Amino acid sequence: MALDLRQRLRDALRWEVGLLFALAAVVVFGVDASSQFLTASNFFYLNLSIGEVAIMALPMTLIIVTGEIDLSVASILGMSSALLGDLYHRGLSMPLAIATVLVVGAVAGAFNGFLVTKIGLPSLAVTIGTLTLYRGIAIIILGPETISTFPTRYTNVGVTPVPHTGGYLSYSIAFFIVLAVVFAIVLHATPVGRSLFVMGANEEAARYAGIRVRRTKFLLFALSGVVCALAGILYTFRLSTAVQDNGLGLELSVVTIVLLGGISIFGGRGTIVGVVLAIAVFAGLQNALLLTNFEQRAMGVVTGGLLLLSVLIPNGSSFVRRARDVLRRRALTQEGAS
Amino acid sequence: MTVTAEPRAGSPAAGVAGDARRLVDLVFRVREFGIVAVLALLVLVTASIEPRFLHLTNIQFILVDTTVFALLALGETMVVLTRNVDLSIGSVLGLSAFLSADLFGHHPGIPIPLVFLAGLGIGLACGVAIGFLTVVGQVPSLVVTLAALYVIRGIDVLVVGGGQVVASSLPNAFIEIPKKTLLGIPILAVIVAAVVAAGAYYLRSFRSGRELYAIGSNPDAARLAGIPSGRRVFGAFLVSGAVAGIAGVLYAARYGTIDSTAGSGYELQVIAAVVVGGVAIFGGSGSVVGAAFGALLLQTILSALYVLGVSPFWNQAIAGALLLGAIALDRGISLKLASMLRKRRTHLGA
Repeated sequence: MALDLRQRLRDALRWEVGLLFALAAVVVFGVDASSQFLTASNFFYLNLSIGEVAIMALPMTLIIVTGEIDLSVASILGMSSALLGDLYHRGLSMPLAIATVLVVGAVAGAFNGFLVTKIGLPSLAVTIGTLTLYRGIAIIILGPETISTFPTRYTNVGVTPVPHTGGYLSYSIAFFIVLAVVFAIVLHATPVGRSLFVMGANEEAARYAGIRVRRTKFLLFALSGVVCALAGILYTFRLSTAVQDNGLGLELSVVTIVLLGGISIFGGRGTIVGVVLAIAVFAGLQNALLLTNFEQRAMGVVTGGLLLLSVLIPNGSSFVRRARDVLRRRALTQEGAS
Repeated sequence: MTVTAEPRAGSPAAGVAGDARRLVDLVFRVREFGIVAVLALLVLVTASIEPRFLHLTNIQFILVDTTVFALLALGETMVVLTRNVDLSIGSVLGLSAFLSADLFGHHPGIPIPLVFLAGLGIGLACGVAIGFLTVVGQVPSLVVTLAALYVIRGIDVLVVGGGQVVASSLPNAFIEIPKKTLLGIPILAVIVAAVVAAGAYYLRSFRSGRELYAIGSNPDAARLAGIPSGRRVFGAFLVSGAVAGIAGVLYAARYGTIDSTAGSGYELQVIAAVVVGGVAIFGGSGSVVGAAFGALLLQTILSALYVLGVSPFWNQAIAGALLLGAIALDRGISLKLASMLRKRRTHLGA
């Protein structure tokens, strides 16, 4: 038992240690690429650029741990942004508009959860559908309009650092840090967190063990909706703009970060620490590349490549392990025969 | 001792399985009839409100627009049947559209079939890469094709830069391809219908075609039955890539103007069409004919909305709602079917 635990600890830690090395490599690359890389203003910019994605990666982590996926996150962000702009433009007060957007985000996430847990549809298909639907609703709300008349009191939240942090920390990352601590405690130190891993490892066993699989998953999707709405609000304030294609394609970055963080795409494995490290690696790499004048619209090549690598590498190591097991077993049977 | 459990889990009740297959068959044939009925109703209602809808040119437009989607749906169906998904087709189409059309600028007078071959080659190359990562790398197709969606689009951006191909740089014979008609029917639609028919025949009557269904119904059972799953899935991605490459050339001929955003978001519309056409997203059942009808239905709906003066801003939401409705409907049908079978089985038992 103790041996098993130690083995598991080693298995889990290895990936995070790898990420630390990757982070070091990214920093070296960044410093080499530009003398601006390690400046306070660049660090703040890096904070800003990754904030919303980092926030959305947290509920996605829990969802992927349970063996599901939510591809609609960026569309919920876009829909929230469009709705916020439209409501404010129609004269709603900002606090009321924000509250409405958060509720709508929860409903959007709950609708995903309803289709997955109550109707019993695969989350991949459902969220490809709502990826289309929610973005479609954003297009219906705003059409070709751009709304950029937000009060500076709010847009400042998007572009100024949190006071007393030396100008390093953006509000979005401050939100992220608070949320990350909460998510880490829930996932790694509570029965609920343990039950998420069990669901991902073996859903049937979880059900027989008395875990309320459907209810938990439903709540996770709803939670993801609220958090993505929050990300949408921050995104809108950062750019001071609500347009229908805000955050288009960000689901790729979110999924990439979660898988790069060592969360198994098949569910049941991973840590929040890994995801936090993955965010640092991802943001650092993106930032360093942009400092070398890499075409921003082509960043998908890098992100997609990272996504593939983060699934290929663990697959490769498990392939090696399996091959080694087979060889060892064959050697043992030969010994037994002779 | 564990050995005894295995055959029990795998053994089907032979008689019931035959009944089940007939029932499933019936339901899905009815599904295709259902689409045609919805299509007919849609056309009737729209035409009664706005007779312009039935103008020959409008019908031709719908058919030509459908060809690109029906082709893509053919490839996507092959992949979805095996319980995989291909999200990369829009990007493959975009890359192929630009690179193939750009050939006319670099090599004036290049024969048109050669351009189609180039598109096919680009599509095949993408299909090989995706199939390889899925089958050999053992990475879930969702992850591979989501990555490919953005990697290929990124390559497209790097190649195209800020530039674009414009219609004036393309030869007339090329631009005329989608406009040619035979007895009023666009020749392109006739060709694509023939290709879809060939695909349907392949999936129906060829051993390897049937094996795609087997893999999608139960991957483990298929492997145990000796079906070369890896090779078949690889083949499905190859077809999907090749078809998207050809569709890219057709896109170029149809629209003339190609920048680095060509075809973005098409994967969502195609998946919607495939699922609306009755291909189960869990794999294992459906037909390319149904998928092609799904594409036709989607294009007809979009055209009807346009003719009725509904803002095109509604298009995407409608595609999404249709997709969700279709998978929910499929789920309902399969639950109903399961309970019917259970009832029948208890009757037989009694």
